[in-house]
Parts: sequence; C-alpha cells; structure tokens
Amino acid sequence: MLTATGLTCDRGERRLFAGLDLAVGPGEWLHVQGENGAGKTSLLRILAGLAPPAAGEIRWKGEPIRMLAEDYRKELLFLGHHGAVKEELTPLENLMLAARLDGAVLDETTALKALARFGLRGREDLPVRFLSAGQKRRVLLARLAVRQAALWILDEPFTALDVKAVDMLSALIVEHVTGGGIAILTSHQAIPLPNGKILKVGP
Amino acid sequence: MKSMLAVIRRDLLLAMRRKSEVLTALFFFVIVVSLFPLGIGPESALLRKIAPGILWVAALLATMLGLARLFAPDHADGTLEQMALSPSPLGLLIAGKIVAHWITTGLPLVLLAPVLGIQFDLDGGALWILVVALLLGTPLLSLIGAIGAALTLGVRGGGVLLSLLVLPLYVPTLIFGAGAVESHIAGMGAGGHLSLLAALLAVAVFFAPWATTAALRIALE
Repeated sequence: MLTATGLTCDRGERRLFAGLDLAVGPGEWLHVQGENGAGKTSLLRILAGLAPPAAGEIRWKGEPIRMLAEDYRKELLFLGHHGAVKEELTPLENLMLAARLDGAVLDETTALKALARFGLRGREDLPVRFLSAGQKRRVLLARLAVRQAALWILDEPFTALDVKAVDMLSALIVEHVTGGGIAILTSHQAIPLPNGKILKVGP
Repeated sequence: MKSMLAVIRRDLLLAMRRKSEVLTALFFFVIVVSLFPLGIGPESALLRKIAPGILWVAALLATMLGLARLFAPDHADGTLEQMALSPSPLGLLIAGKIVAHWITTGLPLVLLAPVLGIQFDLDGGALWILVVALLLGTPLLSLIGAIGAALTLGVRGGGVLLSLLVLPLYVPTLIFGAGAVESHIAGMGAGGHLSLLAALLAVAVFFAPWATTAALRIALE
C-alpha cells in the first residue's frame, strides 16, 4: 500500500502541484494524467524517492519511505524516460548487469526468456546501439519480466512501442497487478487495463 | 559487496568496448613524458633531476583527461538514477566506479612509468620508488577526481571547471609523490614521503566515496 498526503512540488520558482493526495493498494494501478509540463515525471520521481517533495509525506505500508530507504527500494522498480541501457553492451549483458546492480541473482535462461518475450530473440548478442528506438525500449522493459518488485513506477512506458509491444506490456502489467502488485504509470493514451484509478496532475 | 563487484565488472566491460578513451589517456602520458628528453637533449644529470616531476605532472594530466566522462554517460542515460534506486547502498556502487576508473587509467600509468623512467636515466632503485609512489598516488588521484567529477556533473562548461577544481587538490599528491623519488635520488630515503602518501590515501578511501555520493545525490534531484 502506497499512500501520499499533501505532496507539493516546486520546480525552480514555479509551483507544479500542491496538496496532492493518493493511495494505491495491492491489485490496483494508478494512471497519472496531465498536460506536458504538469509535473507527472516530477511526481513519479518524488514517489520513487529520487527527489524530496517540497511538502508532504509518502508512506509505504504505513512507514515513511525516508525511514525505509533500502527496504523500500528493494520493493520498487522505477523505469524513467532515459533507458539506463548501455549502447555498447548487448541486451543480454544489459539485463544481467542491471540485475546484479540490484543485488539479485539472474540466470541466463531466465534473462533470455524475458528478452524473447519482448521479441528480441536473435538479437541478444548484438550491441544495443544497432537496435531501433523501439527495440531499445523493449530491452529496458524486459527488466519488468525478471525483477521481483511489488511496486512498479513507470514513466511513459508505452512510448516508441509498436502495437504488438503495447499489448505485451499491457498483459505484463495486468499480470503484475492481478498478482497483488501495484503499478503507477504515466501515459497520454487511454490504457485498456482493468481496476485503474486516475490521478490528474496540474495546478 | 556483490553489487560493487558488478559495477567494477560493468565498467571494465564498457572500457573494453570503448578502448579509444582508455588508450587516449595512455598515449597522452607516453608522448608528453617522451617529449621532454627529446627537447632537452642527452644531459643525464638534468634529466634525472626533472624526471620525477615530469612523470608525476604527466600522470596528473592523463588522469584528468577521462575524469569528465566518469559519471557523465551514466548520468545522461539514467544509469545513475537506477544506481540510486538500487537496494545496495549508493556509496558502495560509486566506490566500485572509482575502483574501475583506477584500473583503467591509474594502473596502466603505474605499469608504464618504469619503462618511461629509463629515458630519464633513472637507476633501478629510483624506478622502484617511482612505481611504489605511483601505486599509492594514482588511487588518490581517482578518488579526489571523482569528487570533482560529481560536483561538476551537469554543469555547462564543466570540463574546464573540473580542472580548476581538481588540479589544486592534486598538489599534495604531486609534492609527496615526486618528492619520494627526488629524496631517494638525493640519498635521503623515500620512507617519509611514501608514508604521507599512504596516509592521504587512507583518508581519501573513507572520505572521497562519501563526498562523491553526496554530490551525486544533489545532481540527481
């Protein structure tokens, strides 16, 4: 259960939003909506604990995330605008190294299966810089299939994906949420997922 | 600890894939050091006298070359963000990055220095002291440099600012590092200088990753 009360975010001199409350429980997902520059990404970064809010508090299972620190990060998977995918490495190396950075053990068969699920079979050993923008996103999203995390925070996960990949990602999110997980994501499109809550961000 | 090793492995793998960056710093070191004997001519007494200073200054500048790229690519592609969100402490992961930086830039300098020292007519004992001093000093350069690289991350024109920030902080390392070889040549023994270098290194090992992490957290906000 992730709850936030009275969240306020300032960017420079400008106040993006103030007094924002939200609560998402297991089996639910939250669609954060708002215009360009309304503060969606800022909100997600605050929820992930990357930036402190100007005011307000975020609690995970009743405890403030500042106090939980590593225990919170263990249950969190945040995928931002930038890929965190290294162009010089192959998709397989990227996936394996990302898992090791998280302190997790990932065997190669599981990693290959996740990449195959995202349609990257046959490209596991090709440096990422030879892949298209959509395929790069797929490498990044393959982490969703291998990392065990209760809370997913995804910033624009559907950008640069084709119809097939959008369906695949939707299925993965549904699978995660029906399994008792929580997902918070931003998107400008309507998302065909059940059990969603909508949060509008803006002044 | 396991995630720290993962960072080291990842950065070494990346260095292997972009060899030119590592080799540029090494060739820079070799060429700058080799230009001096060519320019000054075969006066072995003078060359012996200036050798420690030149080798150390060249080592400082060679380390500086790659410093701006220590965190910048990871910052640009979101890797630093993921590191900050990793369940492992960020300080450990950053320490791993600093170790990898030393292995790719510092260690090759240590191995090359005795070969280059021969050009300056240094004897076996002096070369040995030079290697030990560099072995203690180059990690220090990576550690101090990492603080500067983290502080100037995302700043426009950060490269110049980085040199202005880091080079003055390199002065103690330069003095004790070059001093060790000089006092050995003068017959006074290098023990004092080497102990001071080791003491500086011990302080930096504890302090630098912490300061770097604090600076990176500010850059990430």
